[in-house]
Amino acid sequence: MAFGAIFVPNFTVQAVLRSEPELGVRPLALIDGPPPTYRVVALNHLAALLGVTVGMTKAAATQFPGVEIRPIAKVQEVAAHSALLDVAWSFSPRVENTAPDTVLADLSGLTTLLGSYENIATIVVSKCSEVGLTVQVAVSANVETARVVARALPGATVIPQGHEAKYLETLPITMLSLSQELSEVFERWGVKTCKALASLPVISLSECVGQEGVRLHAIASGKGMRSLVISELAHSFEESLELDDAVEELEPLSFLLGRLLDQLCVRFVARSLAIRAIHLQFELEPAFEDAFDSASEFVRTRQLPGAYACTLELPVPSRDSKLLLKLVRLRLQSTLPKAPIQKIHLTAEPAHTRVMQGGLFVPEVPDPEKLELTIARIANVVGENNVGSPQLQDSHRPDSFRMQRFSVSPTPSPALETKSETKIAFRAYRPPVLAKIKLRGARPIHADFLGRSGDVINASGPWRTSGDWWEDDPWQQDAWDLELAFPYETPPAQGLYRICFDSRQKKWFVQGAYD
Amino acid sequence: MRLTSAALRLQVESALAGRVASPFRLREPEPTPTAPVGIPALDESTGGLPRGSLTEIYGPVSAGKTSILLSALAGRTTNAEVCALVDAQDAFDPSRAQSAGVSLQRLLWIRCRGLDQAFRSTDLLLHGGGFGLIAMDLSDVPARLVRQIPLNVWFRLRRAVESTPTILLVLSQESNAKTCASLVLRLENESTAWSLQCRRSASRIVHTPSCLLDGWTTAAEIVRSRMQRASSSPHHERTGAIAACEDSKDRVRFALGSASIPLSARHSQSQAAPARVIPFSELEKERMQNPG
Repeated sequence: MAFGAIFVPNFTVQAVLRSEPELGVRPLALIDGPPPTYRVVALNHLAALLGVTVGMTKAAATQFPGVEIRPIAKVQEVAAHSALLDVAWSFSPRVENTAPDTVLADLSGLTTLLGSYENIATIVVSKCSEVGLTVQVAVSANVETARVVARALPGATVIPQGHEAKYLETLPITMLSLSQELSEVFERWGVKTCKALASLPVISLSECVGQEGVRLHAIASGKGMRSLVISELAHSFEESLELDDAVEELEPLSFLLGRLLDQLCVRFVARSLAIRAIHLQFELEPAFEDAFDSASEFVRTRQLPGAYACTLELPVPSRDSKLLLKLVRLRLQSTLPKAPIQKIHLTAEPAHTRVMQGGLFVPEVPDPEKLELTIARIANVVGENNVGSPQLQDSHRPDSFRMQRFSVSPTPSPALETKSETKIAFRAYRPPVLAKIKLRGARPIHADFLGRSGDVINASGPWRTSGDWWEDDPWQQDAWDLELAFPYETPPAQGLYRICFDSRQKKWFVQGAYD
Repeated sequence: MRLTSAALRLQVESALAGRVASPFRLREPEPTPTAPVGIPALDESTGGLPRGSLTEIYGPVSAGKTSILLSALAGRTTNAEVCALVDAQDAFDPSRAQSAGVSLQRLLWIRCRGLDQAFRSTDLLLHGGGFGLIAMDLSDVPARLVRQIPLNVWFRLRRAVESTPTILLVLSQESNAKTCASLVLRLENESTAWSLQCRRSASRIVHTPSCLLDGWTTAAEIVRSRMQRASSSPHHERTGAIAACEDSKDRVRFALGSASIPLSARHSQSQAAPARVIPFSELEKERMQNPG
């Protein structure tokens, strides 16, 4: 049995650098606390070299030139921790969520898949770097030993069974996560290393400091063993970014969204899942606009909504960050919020990756991801509601259909049907065109519409239909099929049209033409 | 001379060795793949709609353009191909299309308002790829507006569809694509059939009770065709090579019947006579015998 511990050193700073890697080349200090007494709680090595220390006030830290001072970002810490868990779950289903910066995993059985434990540890380090985290990994038969060594030693460490005490002996006892009280006690006793703690008599130790001391003694000896507290597999994938300077334009926003989508997609790849839908939420800066109040006939200033949300659903689950960014951009092009954006929050719904089996004799169909992009681009041109596939509704109302989302499903090629007669088609006028009809008795003899004047050559009708009388908008019409001649046009023309008399509006309309 | 040409041939072949295999071998041009429209008379005459090319069908209202479009869409969607219809004036009737055999689940319908949206959408579809048939319906757009589209736009569409298995079909009132179209058909409504016409009079106003629109006969003229065609027409023999039949005067006539009666009435008439290909000379004889 073997356990792996993954520890993220300087977790608070790494969480920020994961979202903003460009800060890594500058001295960075993170502050926290109630205003105005902000204090430095974390910093990177460049800031430490300049002389910034943990606990320093914000005012003192600003004295150092070139230091980037940022508040800590809890949302980014949550996202970084989720990414760490995703990497652990990609290796083992038994994962313990020990601390925000530490996870433990059961690595039993992985050697048959990935080789030696050294190889496994190296792969874990590599996978964590793909999600933007630099980690320290330790593998041991003893879970507590692995946890402690991962906190202390950089890189990947594999502890041979039976040698746990040897790896622990030189480590300071602060690596054992002592309480403040115990830490002071051990300091008074002069116990500074795990070896010193392990050499203390157990019975005396328990009498002085209680069972906690016994537990620490076992850990320091490399004998402390416990079971993992398995955490549930998370199904939420969220990434957030708080901006110091609010963003208004689409281009810089796209850059930030691209970064968040890259991080999301890497996490999905680690979990062998794909994205089914993306929920975008923006927190906006307070903004106002002038609006004309028709009731009072004055121009009033009203506040714009402080939040923006939209959902992008994919017909086929995908984890291509470039494709997702293009789709999000196309969506935002037409619906960009009017106020500057302060905070971005992305949530992705997971789905299993699609498995497609192509056929030898199936005709070529558009690639689903490319098709989605094409449809999104066309929707930007004609409007989202004007592109899709028509679905007829179960109604006798004329022109009764709705537009539904278009998707492709590969199906085997059926046998072609032979037709004995080709049916005539109809071209609808939407909306129906108002017409002036002259009647002789009850029959149309002349029609004027769209600036044209036609004589009726042949007529078929009236065909009376009505429906939905139990609804709020019933319909009732008398329809005619007319063959019209337009003798006064150059050249003279003829055509077959359908007109109807709307009995409710008491008007004639041209519904369309046969073609 | 013979030695000189042989030496020259050898020199050219050795210079192109490794880059061009058999530079002097005459290659038979590959036949253009086509897909049937679904109207036997038209398919026999034209050979079908060419893939990787632009086909233009034009004519006045009630000439049969939309009927041919629905027949082509029915054929392609039944064959499990995905089709797209760019509808410039939002005139497509889904219920008629379904009764004509079009599988609506495989049809992407783009409802445009104007030429600009129609051409941009068509361009995006062509570059997206994967469609069996893309139809751009400009039938209801005023002809004067379509005339203003520059020729390089049509050329761009043609280049976009080349070397793809997609059929690009354009419907309009006039021919606009000119040489960019590989197949151009002109349609004309020859005669309309009404059932229960028991009165014939000199008056143009004929109102017959319980009269129904049976359909009409369309005359299609192949104005331009760049494809191999079958040798059924006595005017064209099979040559084994692509025949650039510019300004061809082939005409074919076919009947378009009424679908289910438009409203509640039932249609009990017999089907229209089967369509046949009529040689041009016979059509001319017929016209001389029955003028008007």
